Amino acid sequence: MRFHHAALILALILGWNAMAHSQDAPRPPSDVIAVDQPNDVGNTVDVSWSLSPDDRADVSPRLVTRYDVYRRAVGEEEFVKVGDQPPGASTLADSNAVRDTEYLYQVVAVGPDEAESAPAAAAATVVPRMEYFRRDRAWFAVIVFCICSTVVAFIVIARSGRELYIRKIPGLEAVDEAVGRATEMGRDCLFVPGIMDINDIQTVAGINVLSRVSQLTAEFGARLEVPTARSLVMTAARETVEASYYAAGRPDAYNEDDIYYISDEQFGYVAGAMGAMVRERPAACFYMGVFYAESLLLAETGNSIGAIQVAGTAMPAQLPFFVAACDYTLIGEEFFAASAYLSGEASQLGSLRGQDVGKLLVAFLLLVGCSAATIAGLTDSDSAETALTFIKDHVLGDKGFLP
Amino acid sequence: MYTFLRDLDRRWIFLLMGIVATVPILAGWRFPEDPSPMVRDVFHAIEDLPDGSRIFMAYDYDPASQGELHPMALAFTRHCALKGHKLYFFTLWPQGGPLIQQNIRLIERNFPDYEYGEDYVNLGYRSGQEGPIKVIVTDLRKSVAVDVNGTSLSEIPMTRDIRNIQQMDLIVNVSAGYPGTKEWVLYASTPYNIETVAGCTGVSAPYLYPYYPEQLAGILGAIKAAAEYEYTLIEEYPQLKDDPTAQEALRRMGPQLVAHVTLIVLIIVGNTIYFVGRSRGDVT
Amino acid sequence: MKRTVPLIIAGTVGFVLIVSYFIPYTESWGEDAMTWFNILAAIAFVLGAGNLVKMHLKKISDQQAGWGYSAITLAAFFFTLIVGMLKIGVTPSEKYPTNAWAGPYDQAGSAFRWVYDYLFLPLSATMFAMLAFYIASAAFRAFRAKNVEAIALLTTAFIVLLGRTYAGVWLTDWIPEESIGLEADALRLDNVTGTIMNTFNLAGMRAITIGIALGVASTSLKVLLGVDRSYLGSTDD
Repeated sequence: MRFHHAALILALILGWNAMAHSQDAPRPPSDVIAVDQPNDVGNTVDVSWSLSPDDRADVSPRLVTRYDVYRRAVGEEEFVKVGDQPPGASTLADSNAVRDTEYLYQVVAVGPDEAESAPAAAAATVVPRMEYFRRDRAWFAVIVFCICSTVVAFIVIARSGRELYIRKIPGLEAVDEAVGRATEMGRDCLFVPGIMDINDIQTVAGINVLSRVSQLTAEFGARLEVPTARSLVMTAARETVEASYYAAGRPDAYNEDDIYYISDEQFGYVAGAMGAMVRERPAACFYMGVFYAESLLLAETGNSIGAIQVAGTAMPAQLPFFVAACDYTLIGEEFFAASAYLSGEASQLGSLRGQDVGKLLVAFLLLVGCSAATIAGLTDSDSAETALTFIKDHVLGDKGFLP
Repeated sequence: MYTFLRDLDRRWIFLLMGIVATVPILAGWRFPEDPSPMVRDVFHAIEDLPDGSRIFMAYDYDPASQGELHPMALAFTRHCALKGHKLYFFTLWPQGGPLIQQNIRLIERNFPDYEYGEDYVNLGYRSGQEGPIKVIVTDLRKSVAVDVNGTSLSEIPMTRDIRNIQQMDLIVNVSAGYPGTKEWVLYASTPYNIETVAGCTGVSAPYLYPYYPEQLAGILGAIKAAAEYEYTLIEEYPQLKDDPTAQEALRRMGPQLVAHVTLIVLIIVGNTIYFVGRSRGDVT
Repeated sequence: MKRTVPLIIAGTVGFVLIVSYFIPYTESWGEDAMTWFNILAAIAFVLGAGNLVKMHLKKISDQQAGWGYSAITLAAFFFTLIVGMLKIGVTPSEKYPTNAWAGPYDQAGSAFRWVYDYLFLPLSATMFAMLAFYIASAAFRAFRAKNVEAIALLTTAFIVLLGRTYAGVWLTDWIPEESIGLEADALRLDNVTGTIMNTFNLAGMRAITIGIALGVASTSLKVLLGVDRSYLGSTDD
């Protein structure tokens, strides 16, 4: 009987030790693979592994609290920790590797109280290499090249003096009409170039339209006020308006102070611009550039003072507000086209034609993609399925130029 | 009556809107929600991650949009903390810093076990619009060398081994505009395959829907989606049922309902005036 | 010269940014270009602040209409600038307790934070909230069923306005999930709203976005190639 008790106690102690051991040091992960990350500068290695059998979400507290990933360069003695991942995670991108160095990776499962499993090493070493071209963006490069070369080709054709048919943009006459009306009424014009800085291409397009508007105000003798939300936009707008007044032979009418900075803060700027509208009561208001929530605030205030309003923006979310509250709105790409159209220069009109051909190209690609998807969906055609997979994985995906 | 309505000063409409929005706030009206599939996707993107995952909380909004976006930001923070995730707060909006601190206060009040530096860190604001995204996606320390208190990232346990945000398991972005979700998708999520969910203002939501579900795992559009998210959160974590701070968006659905109905009434009245005017020859 | 140098800078930096997207080795060049722009934009703040002060001082000295607002603007500007720069009310950080200015400028309890919490925050929220009133007046004034397109727009607006609230559920909750073998609950207002937003609206947005992308590409190319120089103040060199 005494022997039995002793055996039971011994078994309990041994069992407890075994349990304690399994709680402290989890079993190691397996199948560790380290591969060079493609399309990078040669500083990243993707490490993946199969989870430790002790890494189970249904056990509480968890027997694996994290995975530590180590590496050593071939020729070095010690492994260095490069990162860790929470339980359940089985990948880590080591983006701190040195190009063209051979590494060996190992992963350790860590349990409660920092007890580490035996390390699981990758079967093979890995050498991170630099790629000279991002193959995953090859198709994107092709599309960019096609569209850019189309635009450049038409600019060259236009410069050579050949007549190009350019589509009419409805609403553009409104710019001339609005300035004319303001002049007749003896009131000002207000131009709001959006709330973004000059590095936004919409602001540049807005400044291009400003060039035309200021030319008209110089010719008609109307006052033009331009409140800006960015210092750099103020400087660019001053240069543009001054050049227009000089070109119109009215340098005396140019007043630098009419183009002024209010605030970078969105609603601070809007409050300032709305205040100017209510006090000065301009007869024509132009909103050309990037707009957010302030679009309706500006347009409704302009409406309340009875101004004729023309807006242009490529902010899809704000277009409905401008369409509802303004007299004319240049929608999306029309806005960019307008800046070329208004300039009247042959080379700029050529770019507009190039833009249209680009649209045709995109429409064609859409048609090809949709047809392939439709045919693959409705029939068992292998070729349609192959085409669809190619489009998804290679043209739109990141699997490179060719299979 | 026709003449009165035709020449109605817009300030009467402002007054009407003010009154109808105030009543449900004072009365505390609440309505049940039926979470949409997209809201459930957002919820599962956070819920299904292993506990203790790294989440980059990019909170790009300001006091102006606080009314619409703060409830969803708080809900995201609360959900991540309930799951025990590690949170890295960051903002590209100069006015966003104090709003992040309000999120951190929520953690301090409700999750006393959460420790700064171990479980959450405030990386603060970085200037340069989308510029910092392009930098931190390959090299975090090049743009963010220290946290908001000036402590080096190498001295903070949870940032010590972070080289760039590709090591994050999820980006949670709350965006009021530019720079915001679009920039995170363009410069981080898509090129580097980092799973991302977003919350945005109602007006910018349609602009972001094309990114779902390939480039964004889910989008919370406006206060309605935030309310549905809170509802889902309460369903999953019933201990939140009696916590009014976990129902900020649900509380705002009352005024939204009444305001929408008022808008419909105004449109109908406006059209009635238009048609009466046309029959009388006042308008063409 | 005044325009040639900026054109060369714009062209070079633009092409570096394009190239850096495709060639891994040049990735960091694009980041550097962005950093330079940020430095320039930060310096330009001084330009903006200088212009703001000059404009408003002039308005006050000339006693132009609304000069009182100018006085308030200047007072607010200098007050915020001073309390922020001098970190008034900021306690030193725990890490550097002996350095009086070691704490963050927007620390809770500081004067700058007070300005943020009690002036900036409510004022910004007020401006944003004004949208509700402006939308109401625009809805009353501008949404007219003038033609077929406008009627379609109005109908869609009604559905989405209702579908975005509990009203949509309440009004159409009676529609069964299935009827005559069809998924009838697709006709519930909240579901119709989802279909409108995720199908029709999404398709339209995609088309607009593609058009915008092409416009951006075309305009950017014009700028990079120096075809469009109006943003520099002249079409001539």
